[in-house]
Amino acid sequence: MTYAADVVALARKDLLLELRAKETLPAMLLFVVSSLAIFHFALPAGTSHDAALGLLWVALVFTALLGLTRAFVPEREQGLFDALVLAPCDRSAIWLGKAIAVLAFLVAAEIVALPAFAAFFSGIDGRTVVAVALADVGICTVGTLLGAMAVAGQARELLLPLLFLPLAIPIVVGGVGASAGAGSRYLLFLLLYDAVFSLLAWASFEYVVAEQ
Amino acid sequence: MRDVRGLDRTTAVSTAAVLLLGAALGLIFFYVPTDADQGFSQRIFYFHVPIALTSYVCFGWGAWKALRVLRTGDERADLESYVSIHLGVVFGALTLLTGSIWARASWGVWWTWSEDQLVLFLVLFLFYCAYFMLRFSVAPGRSRSNMSAVYALFGVVLIPVSFLAIRLSKEFIHPVVFTSHGPQMAASQFATFCVAWAALLLLYATLYRVELAGKRVDASLRELRELLT
Repeated sequence: MTYAADVVALARKDLLLELRAKETLPAMLLFVVSSLAIFHFALPAGTSHDAALGLLWVALVFTALLGLTRAFVPEREQGLFDALVLAPCDRSAIWLGKAIAVLAFLVAAEIVALPAFAAFFSGIDGRTVVAVALADVGICTVGTLLGAMAVAGQARELLLPLLFLPLAIPIVVGGVGASAGAGSRYLLFLLLYDAVFSLLAWASFEYVVAEQ
Repeated sequence: MRDVRGLDRTTAVSTAAVLLLGAALGLIFFYVPTDADQGFSQRIFYFHVPIALTSYVCFGWGAWKALRVLRTGDERADLESYVSIHLGVVFGALTLLTGSIWARASWGVWWTWSEDQLVLFLVLFLFYCAYFMLRFSVAPGRSRSNMSAVYALFGVVLIPVSFLAIRLSKEFIHPVVFTSHGPQMAASQFATFCVAWAALLLLYATLYRVELAGKRVDASLRELRELLT
């Protein structure tokens, strides 16, 4: 099989599992909508549009974290990691397939979250949508690698947020900057983040799963 | 024989560190003129900035050793990388502390988000604290050294990326001392700064050697004990 076929097969496996078990996506949807409801009560009356946009980014990062925490749980529970590592495919294909599956969940959650945000708070411009799309790529590529690390530990649910949030700070900076309408350099910055960290994660994933 | 020579070198490095630290303190308090703008409190600059730069050196050295772990699978390099990052976190905490004191003395606040370097150190501090959480939650072995190494490499990439992010997000009020036109300092200030930085680098080298020796003794002691039982 070629590399692309491996990736597609692995991503398809994750999406099929989700379609049958329906564990992650409903939780993410419910989480993002309820956090938007919380934010309504957290923001004092007459708060600016920018403050609400900032909270939107908080909601998106935490929703992604919810999906990432679950990402490698089936592999761990079923002891599938050893089989995947033994499979005759490039190990980075495991990472790419998983990242694509998580990206699909996250995009599905955002298709609900962004209109809900527009309805609850205020409208969203095109730049925010582009920024969200770019940030999703960064979140999923970095988060999938860290998720594979976190499941190896004893306190796996606890570990991932600690590993991930410092790396998510630049994403939040770029995202909030772009949606606050401060120019396209923030979009360029998000693009740079995606490129740099995707490359790094792609190159280093094989060491993370090498000898579990 | 090798251990004895290593001990000798540690003694030499630590003696040099003590001498240079004394010299740096002397220069800072008795030689360098008081800053016309900020007064006496500016003298903390000669410790604050060298500590911050030393901390970058620690993280850089840790990442270099991490790269060696990934390329050769060397267990010694794993311990070296860990010790270097551990000291980097200690120097990073000192940077936050001295930066906070300086901010209080010169701007009247303990913390300011508009100071790029301080915010960057907060991000790095959080990132490398998570490094310890990762290390202590995974069982020792090949897989742990690989994961720690990958995370350490993410750290050195995060430094410039975060710096860019913080620059983008904040207005810039920090006094710029090093610009593309070279250091904006008087010769006496620059000399003091260099001595202080050399002293702190030697201090780092001393601590690195001592902690590494301690950790290695600990490991071989454990091996011996396991052989006996």
